[in-house]
Amino acid sequence: MEGRKLKDMFGSQAKPQAEEGRAKMSPTGPVTETTSQAIGGAPARRAKTLEAKEVNLYYGDFHAVEGVNMTIEPNKVTALIGSSGCGKTTFLRSLNRMHELTPGASVKGDIALDGEDIYANGVDPVAVRRLIGMVFQQPNPFPTMSIYDNVAAGLNFNSSRIPKSDKDAVVERSLRGAHLWDEVKDRLDKPGSGLSGGQQQRLCIARATAVSPEVLLMDEPCSALDPVATLAIEDLIGELKKEYTIAIVTHNMQQASRASDITAFFNLDESGKPGHLVEIGPTDEIFTKPKQKETEDYVSGRFG
Amino acid sequence: MTPPPDNTLASVPQRSIFAHTDGAGGSLPSWAPYGAFVGALVFCAAVEAALGWFTIALMLVFGALVAIVAIYGWSRAVEGRRRAKDRAITMAIATAFGIAMAPLISLLYEVIKRGVAGINWDFFTTTSRGVVGGGGAEHAIVGTLIITACAAVISVPIGIMAAIYMNEYGRGPLRRALTFFVDVMTGIPSIVAGLFAYALFELFLGPGIQLGIMGSLALSVLMIPIVIRSAEEVLKIVPNHLREAAYALGTPKWKVIVKVVLPTAFAGLVTGVMLATARIIGETAPLLVTTGVIDSMNTDPFSGRMQNLAVYAYNEYRSPGVMKQASYDRAWAAALTLIAIVMILNVIARLVYRRYRTEIR
Repeated sequence: MEGRKLKDMFGSQAKPQAEEGRAKMSPTGPVTETTSQAIGGAPARRAKTLEAKEVNLYYGDFHAVEGVNMTIEPNKVTALIGSSGCGKTTFLRSLNRMHELTPGASVKGDIALDGEDIYANGVDPVAVRRLIGMVFQQPNPFPTMSIYDNVAAGLNFNSSRIPKSDKDAVVERSLRGAHLWDEVKDRLDKPGSGLSGGQQQRLCIARATAVSPEVLLMDEPCSALDPVATLAIEDLIGELKKEYTIAIVTHNMQQASRASDITAFFNLDESGKPGHLVEIGPTDEIFTKPKQKETEDYVSGRFG
Repeated sequence: MTPPPDNTLASVPQRSIFAHTDGAGGSLPSWAPYGAFVGALVFCAAVEAALGWFTIALMLVFGALVAIVAIYGWSRAVEGRRRAKDRAITMAIATAFGIAMAPLISLLYEVIKRGVAGINWDFFTTTSRGVVGGGGAEHAIVGTLIITACAAVISVPIGIMAAIYMNEYGRGPLRRALTFFVDVMTGIPSIVAGLFAYALFELFLGPGIQLGIMGSLALSVLMIPIVIRSAEEVLKIVPNHLREAAYALGTPKWKVIVKVVLPTAFAGLVTGVMLATARIIGETAPLLVTTGVIDSMNTDPFSGRMQNLAVYAYNEYRSPGVMKQASYDRAWAAALTLIAIVMILNVIARLVYRRYRTEIR
């Protein structure tokens, strides 16, 4: 199947293939076939790389994260694990310039999206966030909007006058991509807050993918969900990486080992000290033969 | 010989969810609090009658105190100490509520009783122009609505935008200063607002000028801080995660506010505006200074004096003319109309709130 083959296909060849796949796509086709080309309305492609160099993060005078160097690779899921307060979420939020929304927060160091520094002078944080989307810990659909409007929110906010038919197509693709379409297609005009927690979180993922970002950041997306909903989201993450670069913060180590390709372990020496990156590597290596003693203690549950 | 201390169940005093900790374990009938209250009133009435200085107010106040003591004693004897305390406090709270409500009920009762006499078709459809000892308040009702509407048109945008500034943008000393001045503004006596508006217009248009819009301006001075305060409270409870969700979609700040924050807060904002309007609609002093007194209809706030209900009531009472009672009736009818308008505003506020409120988690 077209959709399956695209999984391992990167680089310039991917585009024509994907276009072809898209043209053949029938609206009634099985979900597995439509998702990978369809999410966010963009053809399957090589997503972009995020690279952090010597990133230091502060809340006022408090040094929260120290000297992080890491690469978040395209079309892979990178899990950020570590004990509470070690700066995983802070680091994640610095990757799409959400960190600076906290009063007094500041950033030192470079973060580059395919070589372009997102903190360079003249870079518009709003533009950065259009390329690097985010899903939050608590499902947070807009309470004043219907399911449809929630998914279309990014389009409604940011682009002027999109034809209704295009919007319909994006909403359907995003909801299919988030495995939510079949559950909500008959009640798109109902408020998003009427869905269950797991459905709401998938709605938020659909909302984030509807604006076709390059990178998806997820901040503990399953911590407010039950195991069944969690599994659904994890499966979805596996699908989404065909389209996006994904970084996910999680406290759940099974989740990191199940859902991610690369794991980064953060830790802090003691509370009040800045958190730092201890080790990053392929997930199976981090969980089976980590290089650092600290990492081994953490993943084996002897600590933290 | 004493048995050794053990921790078997037998050593624990018998406990049951049914038994009360002390007392006889009974319970009072459901009418007990009312019975105690009525009994206490009768008792106080009897005592006062015996002493020869019976008054209803005194009977109610002493009756409430006696009722608290009586219900405590009664419950203590039958139900035990904990229930007795609960009943005494409940009675005290109910009494406090009753005392707080009494003036309101009494006021409504009095205004309705006296106001109904002056309410008739003419009251709403004629002015007092060229009428001796008669006429209606149509010009005052229209004036009140126009003056208040203009005040709202001035105050609502300023107030809501100021609240948005204070909640979404403001930081540091400027924000703190603004909060302080808004608090100060809330405390401005209304006559000062009237004099301010008068002095302001006098600068440009010369002394002795009185216009409807001057009244609106004076009322705005009173209304703006109320709108700011209520809008700020409502914006504060819009959860931050909704703003962040919008930011993460690559939305500029102003659009986050317009598309997410304001719609989420809409019901609360409307309620706040309605209540602020209700608060200023009955102002008298500033309007006496700024809009003046007039007998005829004026619908142009930018030209000439304009009557309003509060000043109308004041004037009918102050200078009743030849047919005193008719004038007094009209004053009360004006007061009743004013209260009715305020009530309608409140009902609208509630309906809007129910219709548009958003579940905020």
